[in-house]
This record gives sequence, C-alpha cells and structure tokens, in this order.
Amino acid sequence: MKDTALTPGITAGRLPPEDYAENFSDLHAPLDRHEALVAADRCYFCHDAPCITACPTAIDIPLFIRQIATGTPEAAARTILTQNIMGGMCARVCPTETLCEEACVREVAEGKPVLIGQLQRYATDTLMEAGVHPFTRAALTGKRIAVIGAGPAGLACAHRLAMHGHDVTVFDARKKPGGLNEYGIASYKTPNDFAAREVAWLLKIGGIDIQTGQRLGDGLELLQLKADFDAVFLGIGLGGVNALNLEGEDKDGLRDAVDFIADLRQASDVAAVPVGRDVVVIGGGMTAVDAAVQAKLLGALNVTLVYRRGRDRMNASPFEQDLAASSGVRIITGATPRGIIGNGAVREIEFEYTDDDLTPTGQTFRLAADQVFKAIGQSLQGEGLPKLEGRKIAVTGAGRTSVDGVWAGGDCAAGGDDLTVTAVAEGRDAAMDIHASLTNAG
Amino acid sequence: MADLTSDFIGIKSPNPFWLASAPPTDKEYNVRRAFDAGWGGVVWKTLGEAGPPVVNVNGPRYGAIYGADRRLLGLNNIELITDRPLEVNLEEMKRVKRDYPDRALIASLMVPVNEEAWREILRRVEDTGCDGVELNFGCPHGMSERGMGSAVGQVPEYVGQVAHWCKKHSDLPVIVKLTPNISDIRKPAQAAMEGGADAVSLINTINSITSVDLDLFAPQPTIDGKGAHGGYCGPAVKPIALNMVAEIARDQATRDLPISGIGGITTWRDAAEFMTLGAGNVQVCTAAMTYGFKIVEEMISGLSQWMDEKGMTSTAEIVGRAVPNTVNWKDLNLNYVAKAVINQDECIKCGRCYAACEDTSHQAISMSPDRVFEVIDAECVACNLCVNVCPVENCITMEAMAAGTTDPRTGKVVEADYANWTTHPNNPGACAAE
Repeated sequence: MKDTALTPGITAGRLPPEDYAENFSDLHAPLDRHEALVAADRCYFCHDAPCITACPTAIDIPLFIRQIATGTPEAAARTILTQNIMGGMCARVCPTETLCEEACVREVAEGKPVLIGQLQRYATDTLMEAGVHPFTRAALTGKRIAVIGAGPAGLACAHRLAMHGHDVTVFDARKKPGGLNEYGIASYKTPNDFAAREVAWLLKIGGIDIQTGQRLGDGLELLQLKADFDAVFLGIGLGGVNALNLEGEDKDGLRDAVDFIADLRQASDVAAVPVGRDVVVIGGGMTAVDAAVQAKLLGALNVTLVYRRGRDRMNASPFEQDLAASSGVRIITGATPRGIIGNGAVREIEFEYTDDDLTPTGQTFRLAADQVFKAIGQSLQGEGLPKLEGRKIAVTGAGRTSVDGVWAGGDCAAGGDDLTVTAVAEGRDAAMDIHASLTNAG
Repeated sequence: MADLTSDFIGIKSPNPFWLASAPPTDKEYNVRRAFDAGWGGVVWKTLGEAGPPVVNVNGPRYGAIYGADRRLLGLNNIELITDRPLEVNLEEMKRVKRDYPDRALIASLMVPVNEEAWREILRRVEDTGCDGVELNFGCPHGMSERGMGSAVGQVPEYVGQVAHWCKKHSDLPVIVKLTPNISDIRKPAQAAMEGGADAVSLINTINSITSVDLDLFAPQPTIDGKGAHGGYCGPAVKPIALNMVAEIARDQATRDLPISGIGGITTWRDAAEFMTLGAGNVQVCTAAMTYGFKIVEEMISGLSQWMDEKGMTSTAEIVGRAVPNTVNWKDLNLNYVAKAVINQDECIKCGRCYAACEDTSHQAISMSPDRVFEVIDAECVACNLCVNVCPVENCITMEAMAAGTTDPRTGKVVEADYANWTTHPNNPGACAAE
C-alpha cells in the first residue's frame, strides 16, 4: 500500500507527487509589473520615513518605491542593494510585519501597510534577472581580510570589503556558502535555489575567494588567521543546538529542527524527505514554525508546536504564528517537555503545563509523537574565541571584539536580533570599520 | 427629493447633466445608451458641411496623464468633428429626438466662416427637431488649421458675426462654445452676446501635449513617429474652466449671459461647483469616456441629496450662488488671520507637512524625535500647503483667530474690521478710509 498521511512512523511520499511542488512553491507569489505599480502608488514618500528607521539596514524605502513607481526598478534595486547587498533574500525572509511594514504610516492609518517587502523583491528580482551587478571595486588596496562564515553577515562584510578594494577570503564549514540562507530557512520562502543564485550574483563583485569545508578550530585557527591576514571577521553564527536535557533524548525520531530544515533545503526532491505521522515541534521561534509548517506540507497527519511560554512571548511573529495555524499546525503554549516515552524510538512526549513564570502546575499531558523536532534555540560553539558577553561574542562599535584586528557580526555577536537583515547590517558596518582602520593605518 | 428639472435658455431637460459634443455623442447608438442611462441632454458630435466628411487619423487619437493607481486625470485628443456623412447624422438625430422627446438634443455645428454656409447647415439641422444649436468655436486642433473651431473663437469679431448670422437664419436657441486658448475669455463671451447668442458654453479643450515618448522622441499620441498638439480635458482642467466660467459670470457686460459649464466635471460635486459659479447647466465628456454613462446616476443622486441638505428645491437656486463671493485679490480681507492646526488624533505621522513647510515654506511646523508634528504659530502664515499635502482629509485645518487675540507671528492684535489692500498703508495707491 502506498504511504499516506495515516501511515504510522517516519516515512517519505505521504502525498500525491503533484502536491509537493504546490506545497513548496513561493509563499508569496512575486508581484508583476502592474501589481508593483499599484502597490508603489500607495507610498506617501514620508519625510524621514519611519520605515527607514525600522529597517536594520536603513534602506531608503520611500526612494526605492518612488523609483519603482516611475518605471526604474533597476535604480530602485541599486538603492536597496547599496544598503543591503542581500536585499533579495531579505525581501523574502524579513519579518516585515514587525519591521518596515509595522512602521508604515499606512499601517497606522488603515491597517494596510505598503507592501514594502514584496516591492523590494520586485526591484531586486528585476535587476538580478537581468544579470546586472551594479557595483564595482575601488582601486586595489593590497589588504587581505579573512571572513569566517559565509552566511549573511560574512557575505555582506566580504562584499563591502571587496568593493573598497580589499581582497577577501571567506571560509565556511559547510559544503556550500550561504549559511542560514542556504540551510536554515523554510523552502517555501526561498524556492528555486534563490540563496545560491544570490551568492553567485553577489560574488560578481570580484575579489572574494570562497573556501568551503573549513571549520574554525578544525585546522582553521584564529591566531593563525590573524597572522596571515590584515583583519579577521567572525560571522560564524550559532553552530550548536540547545538540548532538552531529558532522559531518552537520544531515542530515534528526535531531531534538531535545523537539520530537518537543512535536509529539505538540500533535497533534490522534497518528496523523498521522510516525515512522521504525529509530529511534535518544541520551541517558539522562526525555526520551530519553519519545521512545523514544512512537516505539515510534507503530509504529516498531526503537527503540534509546543512552546513553554505564552503566544505573546513567542519569537515567531504573529504572521508566522498565523501561517502555522492556517497550515494546520496546532499551537500549544505554556507547556514544558518532561519526558520522552518510547522503546528505542520515541512514541509519546509528556508535557507539564506551566504558569507564565514557568512555575510547574503539576498538570501533565502526553502527545503521540513518532517524530520530534527540537527548536529551543541555538548556541555559539568554538574555543579560543574573543571575550563573550553572555553566550555570544562581545562587541563594541561596529563589531570590534576584545581581540585587536578581529571583528564579529551576525548571530554569533552579542546585541541585535537574530535576523538575516540584522546580520547583513552588522557585516556591512564591520566592513566599513575594518576598511577605515586598515586605510588609516596604511 | 430635490427637483433636478432644468430649463436652460428655454431648453428643458429632466436634469442639468448633458453630454458634451464629443466622441460619446457621435452616433445614435451611443446617444440612445446615454439617454437610457439617464443623461438629461446631449450635444451631438459636431457636424460639418454636407459633402465628403472629414477624415481622422488611423493611429491613436488620445493621450492621457494619470494620478495614483492609473486614475485618469487628463485626456488629450486629436479627433476631428464627426467623420460620418451629414445626412446620416441628421437622420439619426431626428429618430433619437422623436424617441426621447423629454431630453435635450443640441446640434453642434462647425462650418467655414461665411454666411451662406451657416444658413445652409442651420436649415438642415432645424429639420431634426433638435432643441438648439451650439457653435463649435473651440476645437483647437486640426479644424483650427482650416480656419474653423478655435481659429474663430480666438477672434471676438468672428464670434459675434457668426452668432449674428445664426440668430438671423434660425429661431433655434444659439449657444456659442468658447475656446480657452485665449488670454481674456470675457472678450469672445461679450462678442457672442453682442452677436445675439442666447448662451455660451465653456471651456472647450486646451492646447496640449500630454507626454513625449522617450524612446521615439516624439509627442504622444504618436502617429508614425510624429505627434501634433491636441485638446486637453478631464479633471485636470477643471480649475481653469471654473475660473473662466466665473470670469464671465462676474463681468458687468455678461453677468446675465447664460453659461453651460464644461471642463473636467466628473462628479455631482464638480457640477454643483460649476453651477454655483454661474453655470445654468453642465456638460460632461471625459468622465463618461473614463467610466461609462452610468456615472450620471451618482451625479443625479448626489446633487439631489446636497440640494435637499441645503433646502434647495430647484437647480436654478444653485446658479451663481458663489459668484458674489468671487472677488479680486485686492478685495480680500487682510485683517483675517488663520493658523494651521494639526489634529494629533488624526495624524499618521508621515511628515509630509513638515517637509513641505520646512523645505519650501515658512518653517512653521516642528518635528519631535518621536514624530509629533506641531504648528509653530509664531511662524505660520496660514498658507495652507500643509493642508494640501496631508494625505488625511481634515487632519490639518485652518482656524481663524478671534478678533482681539494677538497673532504671535506679527505681534499685532487681530482686528474685527474688514480691511483690504486698497486701504493698506503699504499700498502706494491706497485711499485713506474715511
């Protein structure tokens, strides 16, 4: 018998083959030219616009929308990319509803913001589809910079440094560059291999050498890099995944949500990715939602997302929560995992209801689970890193670490939200600071 | 509900909304649809002399400018008068008038400036049973190159002469349609009146080039790589038309001359505005071309409601109501002092008022770090630009200062008395008030 949603256990091919393409297509279809013009018309071209302030990369949004409205989306793209070289990805994955679009005065006035994210995608797609890279390098400086981590922070840093005439070597532990853009974002947010295409486009600036399969602490040492290069930027992200710290966590069927998401992104055929019948996701952030929604899209019968605090404390935005709910994901809040039940493989998870301050209530319940995804946060990994602040690398100013000549940005650095757009901003700003310090010194 | 029945120079129609002589009124099919939709009258597309009809271009005839969301704000055309045989038009007009006896049907005419040509066309038109004629002295493109249309309308002597011939050779009411492509609209209006015309209608279209094709380097609409100026109409021309209507309504010589108002009328509100400035009825074209004939339903219901709210029972009560309040600048009260007031509850914090005032006006709006915008009364000259650029209606208003209070900008006490420039001390020609 063919596998269906009802088939117990973890299996692939629960859906008719044709459903996969539909389920994993673009979450938001791109705007066509007419839609873009209609959407652009709604922008009021505010003075010192609140949307710019709300954007971590401070893109001049009213200007780029006016450029779209006047028939020059290529100029609009340049406005965007000047501030945010990954404007294409950010247009797809930014939680705009809590950033620019939340600040839009038309959100205030009518509850319907200008579609800033989708307009940004329209502009950047137009330029990228034309194969145009609008930036060129300054005269070569002869300076060499090592960037560790080819995620949004590292690539943004590398691009900005290359633009200023420096030569950059980017090291990444994985097989492909892109970081979380390539491995850590739901497939329906970035279909058609966009992350890889964006990296290829970004590298057109020249002067950036990408070395994959190079992990810091595993043949690649910070001290040596410091000696070999004029400056080092750490954009290593958060490589570790937090554990539940429960007995039986090694049972079959328990996985890190980030691995499941990466599998989906790297699968040549998502239909071949196995998924449980009864899936439980533990966590309340974007990663938890991405895993839960995609489990549902793969044909899981029951997907339950369990978060220990209330909905208002979830890191996933209200939009993401609604997306999960409308995809058929059940969201349970105020419950903490207490036990993993199963003989070899997980069969059930026991939770205990907790108060707002996480005080146990003594009331427990069990959820059937043949697959459990842990998404309770990631952590910095590595030895010999610069001084930490809390659990991340401490930085001052534009990413300066406790070690002279070493900068850091993105998720691995303290401060700022763990967002693609924030990582891009930090990488870019660190690059400017590196450039300033290298050119002043020279 | 208010009675919208209209009597314009003796021509009765169930409402004051006529369709102007233009493409929508070129043939029986369209006009029947217009009357079925509820239009009170139609000025048939301009007829020329008997014989081979004019020809139109076979490329685009219209150009347009747009507002937000491609809302059509202005339309430009290079279409000529009717390109169908005179006989066909006359037969159709006759049939339509027979079937819609309660509607106004006006024949628009344009023939060369000689008495015989006008006598002949009038003779033939009278046979249709139409209610009146409109002399097209306005069309600014094509026909004007042949000495007709605006080429006549720009020479008051010709206007008067032709009006005179028409009154001499016909008993039909004569409306003279004026071109705005002239420096003083009162002159042709006076000439029409002196020639015996019963009314004027205005404005016809304005000489215009709507846009240039930046690939072809040619004006649009573009015919095989070339463009000619056309006639501009639609909502964008309304302010120009309103002023010209008011000029005629205010002029001592023409104050009693009936006016049929034309120019960008799109809603009941536009129609009411034209009528308050002296138009006895209105003619519509671009709005119908943009949205179809159905818009007349909104015009009828809107005007009725407004008249009810104002306690008016006849459209005649609207006509000219705003004319006494239309004055010259020198008659404005310089003792009137207003200040902009921003309603913080309505403000959406876009900052456009700030940008406009700070960059281009009087630096009279402050902006706080948390985007609260407030008027600085000591700087505000009440120019109204903030009101005009604010996207939220009634968020910013102009509030008059009470007499006896002190204007913080000038330090002067606001006076209750009216005083204008003619008596102002700064005016070298001021006459002392006695």
